[in-house]
Amino acid sequence: MNAPASASPVGALAIVEAVKLYDQGEAKILAVDRCSLDIPAGEICMIVGPSGCGKTSLLNAIAGFHGLDGGSIHLDGHMLCGPGRPQANIGPDRIVVFQNGALFPWKTNIENVAFGPIVQKRLTRKAAREKARLLMAEAGLAGHEDEYPGEISSGLRRRVEIVRALMNDPAVLLLDEPYRALDALTKSVMHEALLETYYRTGTTIFFITHDLEEAIFLGHRVVVMTARPCRPKCIFDIDIPHPRDYGVLTSARFRRLAAEISAQLEEEALKSFARGEKEGGVQ
Amino acid sequence: MTAEIAATATDPRTFRQSLSRRPPSLLANPSTRRACIAVLAALMFWQLGATSDAWLGLRPPIIGHIPSPVAVLEAWRLLLGDPGYWESWYLSFTRVLMGFAAATAIGVPFGLLLAVSRSFRGVAFPVFELLRPIPPLAWVPASIIFWPTQELSIDFVIFLGAFYTIVLNVLGGAREIDPRLLQVARSMGASRWNIFRRLILPGVLPSICVGMEVAIGITWEVVVAAEMISGGGSGGAASSGGGLGFFIWNSYIGGSYPDIIVGMISIGIAGYLSSAFVRRAGARLTPWLAIR
Amino acid sequence: MPGSTAHAGQTGTIELRGVCKAYGPGRFARDVVRDCSLRIAAHRFTVLIGPSGAGKSTLVRLIAGFEKPDRGVVLVDGRPVTGPGSDRLVVFQESALFPWMTAEQNILYGPAVRGEKRDRSRALGAALLERVGLTNFRRLYPNQLSGGMQRRVELARALINDPSIMILDEPFRGLDAMTRRLMLEYYAELSSHSSRTNLFITTDLDEAIFLADTLVLMSHVPTRVRSVIEVDLPRPRHLTALFRDEKANAIKMQAFALLHDEAMRAFAGGSRAATDFVAAYRRRIATA
Repeated sequence: MNAPASASPVGALAIVEAVKLYDQGEAKILAVDRCSLDIPAGEICMIVGPSGCGKTSLLNAIAGFHGLDGGSIHLDGHMLCGPGRPQANIGPDRIVVFQNGALFPWKTNIENVAFGPIVQKRLTRKAAREKARLLMAEAGLAGHEDEYPGEISSGLRRRVEIVRALMNDPAVLLLDEPYRALDALTKSVMHEALLETYYRTGTTIFFITHDLEEAIFLGHRVVVMTARPCRPKCIFDIDIPHPRDYGVLTSARFRRLAAEISAQLEEEALKSFARGEKEGGVQ
Repeated sequence: MTAEIAATATDPRTFRQSLSRRPPSLLANPSTRRACIAVLAALMFWQLGATSDAWLGLRPPIIGHIPSPVAVLEAWRLLLGDPGYWESWYLSFTRVLMGFAAATAIGVPFGLLLAVSRSFRGVAFPVFELLRPIPPLAWVPASIIFWPTQELSIDFVIFLGAFYTIVLNVLGGAREIDPRLLQVARSMGASRWNIFRRLILPGVLPSICVGMEVAIGITWEVVVAAEMISGGGSGGAASSGGGLGFFIWNSYIGGSYPDIIVGMISIGIAGYLSSAFVRRAGARLTPWLAIR
Repeated sequence: MPGSTAHAGQTGTIELRGVCKAYGPGRFARDVVRDCSLRIAAHRFTVLIGPSGAGKSTLVRLIAGFEKPDRGVVLVDGRPVTGPGSDRLVVFQESALFPWMTAEQNILYGPAVRGEKRDRSRALGAALLERVGLTNFRRLYPNQLSGGMQRRVELARALINDPSIMILDEPFRGLDAMTRRLMLEYYAELSSHSSRTNLFITTDLDEAIFLADTLVLMSHVPTRVRSVIEVDLPRPRHLTALFRDEKANAIKMQAFALLHDEAMRAFAGGSRAATDFVAAYRRRIATA
């Protein structure tokens, strides 16, 4: 396995037989069905699956936005949620970056980045700004501290959001299709930027996506989820060495992996398309 | 293609489940239940407060001086047989209708002209904007002076109330039309007139409907106040002539306090019915918005 | 496909010579297109690809005639463009269907506006609806149709006018992956039966290689042409087969190297720190 340069000793996630039910009017829908997954510390784990399969529910349970109806989730050995405590506490050790992220447009970039720790009273204003400045420089955003989000490119804005997440020194970074709205070319640059940041911090990454190329390019492993209710259908080890060049996209190995994963995904996508989900496809 | 149709269907499992259940009664919904309880509680509070003189021996401020719901209902029962009461309804309604119709008939073309003609906008808009801050009600005395009849003077004030709203909505709506639609039309060789007729008019229609819905509410406010101030036009005895606004004022002067509340509730109902009517009419004119 | 005779004699060549266009007031005007020269051959499928930014859409507007260039000239069939015309129709990224008209009314708009014979255009409209598979949906309003269906109506609305040039500006961008694939194959098939010039804008390289006869690589803002690649892969093409095709992959690698470079510049947006950051990653790869 390709361990990152600075392996983080924390951030091992263990999902054990997780179950999640949803209320939809009068009916209850099973979103996650006895899902078990082990993610070692410092791994980039890509989660793919048809739309609506329940992968976001899994992410929400890890983050603590809602609880589980069965099973448990553990971080570095201690239980986040499980029997006796259905909902995990929301905490700085697991930070989410969403699809439609939001930076406050009326605050400068550095104010945005420093916002979290200040508001949670974990750092003084001065200390937060210092740390923000440092992290922004580390992430290639030096010089943009006092600019407003509207003044920088959308790609850089997403970077600011990643840095804002990293301000909390999370053990796990939870990403829910963060680059979905971006075009293919910008995405490729964002991927390289994310990897560069990853090599510098070694945070475990739990990344949900629909984009197959994104999944294979970034991940150490790609987990294909079944159609709703979700559980891992099959897990692929991406045996392409790190650090990865984007040229690898046209290599035979990449194409072989893409074909295999795509076939598995198509199967699940068709199941969920037949059931009436609006979007079942993958590239 | 069938796949796309299937894509809009619901999950068959939940659909079947929902069919097998009986439709829930209105009271099964917790928020409806809460709303009913709240309203009943308010009525109880009102009744007890208004009659507190009788069972408590003292009169609390404000609530102690209002006629009780029971008294109001009793007064209303009596008024339902009084032709003067219904005449008030009729008078107010006709005023609202006249003023509103005039405001729409003049306001929509005026607004459209402002939107499409730069030269007209340059001339007319400044005057419009200068006059707009003057509240319609402030026009009542002036209106009484320069209009020949009292009726017309009330109608004019009502007209103004609706007019400004409609014009602004038309103007705003015209500006909101997606410029790419105009580009498509130009590409296909549409003339200016064609663009106006087939693009701008239907494009502005939703805003006109919104404007009308807001305007009808304003119209009612103005009617009531204008009637109170101007003495109701036809003038006359306590419960006859003058419209609902005048009716309220007259009831106050005449000391029939439950009638005041009857008048207030009547206006509320009238306003609600008018709004609902305008909203329905608007929905019919814009069938493409009603879907989904 | 039968169409009006309005465009007889036109072949559909487009030429840009030294075109410049800036936006913004006075001193703050930014060059969106700078010194762009480009030749688009008639009857062929040309794809413009480059990082997102205002440049490519601006070129679309200039060619369509909605705007005029600040400097330089835009020629269609050798004559300068003076305004919009039904020989060059645009399908935009987001639906520009008239929301208050049904699908059928939208499609028949062009001919109706030009005063063409009702029966004839009705027949054409019906044929096109059949072609795009929406005969049963012709009485529906745009907001009752899914994204893919709306796009098909827009295509039909443009095609009924038989333009010699079809310009499509990232038309399938908002659609989900499966629909997008279907639309791509669909449009390729539709275009194969006509000799019109197609100008297609996209940011997706796979899409571009699938569709293009000629691939034009654009820089990021200020936009100009960086490279032109001829894609002489046989037709009809299939997306899944292309994925494995050696020649297609060679073209993809060639184009990608250049586009990735432009994308990095767009991402950095002139920021020194950002440029250094991505350079650091490049170094990391190089030394690994």
